[in-house]
Amino acid sequence: MRDVAIVSFAQAKNVRRELDANEVEMVMPVVSEAVEQSGIPRREIGFTCSGSCDYLAGQPFSFVSALDAVGAWPPISESHVEMDGAWALYEAWVKIQIGDIDSALIYAFGKASMGDLPDVLTLQLDPYYVAPLGPDSVSMAALQARAYLEATGRSERDLAAVAARSRKDAKTNPAAQVTGDFDPERLLGEPYLVSPLRKHDCPPISDGAAAIVLASGDLARKVCKRPAWIRGIDHRIEAHGLGNRDLAKSLSTAEAGRRAGLGTGAVDIAELHAPFTHQELILRDALGLGNEVRVNPSGGPLAGNPMMVAGLARFGEAARVLMDGQASRAVAHATSGPCLQQNMVAVLEGE
Amino acid sequence: MAAEQSRLSATHVLEYPYRRSVGPIMGRFLTGLRDRRISGVRTGDGSIVVPPLEYDPATGAPVTEFVDVGPLGVVTTWAWVTTPRAKHPLTQPFAWALIKLDGADTGLLHAVDAGSADTMKTGMRVKPRWRDERVGDIRDIVCFEPEGS
Repeated sequence: MRDVAIVSFAQAKNVRRELDANEVEMVMPVVSEAVEQSGIPRREIGFTCSGSCDYLAGQPFSFVSALDAVGAWPPISESHVEMDGAWALYEAWVKIQIGDIDSALIYAFGKASMGDLPDVLTLQLDPYYVAPLGPDSVSMAALQARAYLEATGRSERDLAAVAARSRKDAKTNPAAQVTGDFDPERLLGEPYLVSPLRKHDCPPISDGAAAIVLASGDLARKVCKRPAWIRGIDHRIEAHGLGNRDLAKSLSTAEAGRRAGLGTGAVDIAELHAPFTHQELILRDALGLGNEVRVNPSGGPLAGNPMMVAGLARFGEAARVLMDGQASRAVAHATSGPCLQQNMVAVLEGE
Repeated sequence: MAAEQSRLSATHVLEYPYRRSVGPIMGRFLTGLRDRRISGVRTGDGSIVVPPLEYDPATGAPVTEFVDVGPLGVVTTWAWVTTPRAKHPLTQPFAWALIKLDGADTGLLHAVDAGSADTMKTGMRVKPRWRDERVGDIRDIVCFEPEGS
């Protein structure tokens, strides 16, 4: 395997409604910042891959117009995934492994404010048995939350504690959308949104964009003082029917973590793509992360959750902590589909 | 502003007008609903998957044998909706639930019209409320309701 590292990361501030910029204008600054930080001339980056969703933009092939933000003339080698940008990163990592390129630019964008996000997310569901009933994303997460609470004996107070910690940690993250000091006891006094979930258990609806540059071996060492090496990366998927799997566990996360080599040593921090409070606890269980592991020091998706971006941002945030020298081994996780259906886990290490 | 009055606008109807064929497995389940029959499929390890999939989720092997289940079942998890959304199946507060129908090994996602969240309990028994005009659609079941109601 070739050594591949994250050498730069940039993201836009997560906002509820980006009124001034279209997708191209949201992507352009983060791409420019990530490329500049990487120290690799833009024309020398071997591959560009993006993650976004046509359903958010409401038009097919909407990702093509976003290419204006990277400059695709003269022609560049480029690809796109209709998934979170973390899967675009995975494609780029595979392409670097094949050996014909040494660097790649990955970007992701999502502007949920153009539609009604819960209704848009319903369109991703099984069109035969599920979508006709119109279950929304919060309702489906609530089914999982109760399954988890009843299976484990954990409480709604445990969920509120996750929300309070995330918002507190987010105070130091300039990109975060929901920040501040909240008393878990007072959060529990709020009404249910869809029981057993309250508003603080759910992610904010966000507009945002992020970009990462990957580089292999010697190039990464040349351009970056302390690259965040991807030591292992894997993704696994479970059955799409909510009733066909154990919602209280994440077997796909556990398997991806095992295959990514998580078990070979201790980790300092984890950036988990857990949009709902109970999902952080499910992921911790699946990855075997004890209390000594700091989870989502950035505030995580509960502090800002741009669709198609939040998973890639977990890779960026985990890498940033390593590049800054604040930790030596980190986990980055991304998810896709309802109730943690598909999961990607990577183990990152500083030099 | 003058520019405001001269701005061009056009109505954009957003739709993805795909037509889907349901095939022999899902088609048989949906057709059965017209006759108030709920069927599942048996997978390689003997478990009954409802609603049926065309493949065994554990192995990917095709499924062939149909088994009738229900119509009563047990709630395995639920979520209470206080304010139904426009696309939800009921207009009054209701529960989403995964329902393991009698004879099935997996959960069916549907709504439960229970009146109040206090009535809902994991493990409670529910029965389907059928639509009068059934067309072979998951919505031929309006919702489920507590067994005794």
